[in-house]
Amino acid sequence: MKTDEALLAYTLRLADNALILSQRMVELVAAEPELEEELANANFALDFIGQARMLYTRAGELEGLGRSEDDLAFTRDEHEFRNLLLLEQPNGHFGDALVRQFLFEAFYVHLLDALTRCSDKGLSEIAARAIKEVKYHFRHNSLWLLRLGDGTELSHERVQQSLDDAWRYTGEMFVADEIDAVVQDQFDGPDLVEIQKLWRRDVENTVREATLKLPEDQWMASGGKQGQHSEHLGFLLAEMQYLQRSFPGATW
Amino acid sequence: MSKQEWPLYEVFIRTKSGLSHRHAGSLHAADDQMALDNARDTYTRRSEGVSLWVVRSNSIIASDPAETSAFFEPAEDKIYRHPTFYEIPDGVENL
Repeated sequence: MKTDEALLAYTLRLADNALILSQRMVELVAAEPELEEELANANFALDFIGQARMLYTRAGELEGLGRSEDDLAFTRDEHEFRNLLLLEQPNGHFGDALVRQFLFEAFYVHLLDALTRCSDKGLSEIAARAIKEVKYHFRHNSLWLLRLGDGTELSHERVQQSLDDAWRYTGEMFVADEIDAVVQDQFDGPDLVEIQKLWRRDVENTVREATLKLPEDQWMASGGKQGQHSEHLGFLLAEMQYLQRSFPGATW
Repeated sequence: MSKQEWPLYEVFIRTKSGLSHRHAGSLHAADDQMALDNARDTYTRRSEGVSLWVVRSNSIIASDPAETSAFFEPAEDKIYRHPTFYEIPDGVENL
């Protein structure tokens, strides 16, 4: 694989992660249990949309075919999306959505940190901006995990179940394929082995503090990074892309 | 399940270094840390501040509106206590 192709594919993966997670979070707007948490969630979703916009714009530049951020977000099909399976999973209840974000951002914060030191200036600049937002999200979500895990018997039981359910989607984050390898070797990109250690440490610490149990290692789902998705992504895209599909090129 | 309201907190923001904290509004939160987070997300989204205070509303001892006249009016007719005879120099924004 050529290095510029790998960098493009890598940038698109990051963009898809941010966009798909933000779309899931947007689904929760007007559905959060408290007004203040509602604002926080919408805020975080906007952070991710902002990151997705920068990343798609950068991907469009790398691709050089004149595709805009909107073209990349709204006119690609399911198999062209390269987001992690974890992020397209339905929101479920408050604890499910929280755990999904917690597990992803424990990874994402270290990934961004490594990317701030990569040799592609476009990516390193975006990462430097994004990491501040994501550090705060992670702190916010960690505190919620503590409250739910170390809260009532019911909240403990339910969030433990959320953790157990989401666990099988965490393996995919650390499976390096050719694209990851090229970006690591040619662009001083993230080392996923190293990041997995940091992720594990952070997740373990918070989970233990929340009096929860780390799930046993088990069979891990994968394929999102290669475009093989769960049945949920198609529905998500149908809703998200509806307007641009029905009225191509529509703007405000 | 009964819906229990989270306690009320008052939020104070310092807009820039050197100024004092000002009351910005209030919010609900289950604990102090959450109150600080919520204040950040509710009141400082558009770079309104460099420092935040939150305090439980029931920790504030407030003057009684019914006693406003006894409390404050005696000061109003003593104009010699008011520094109104100074010219404010140009360029002084926060006095």
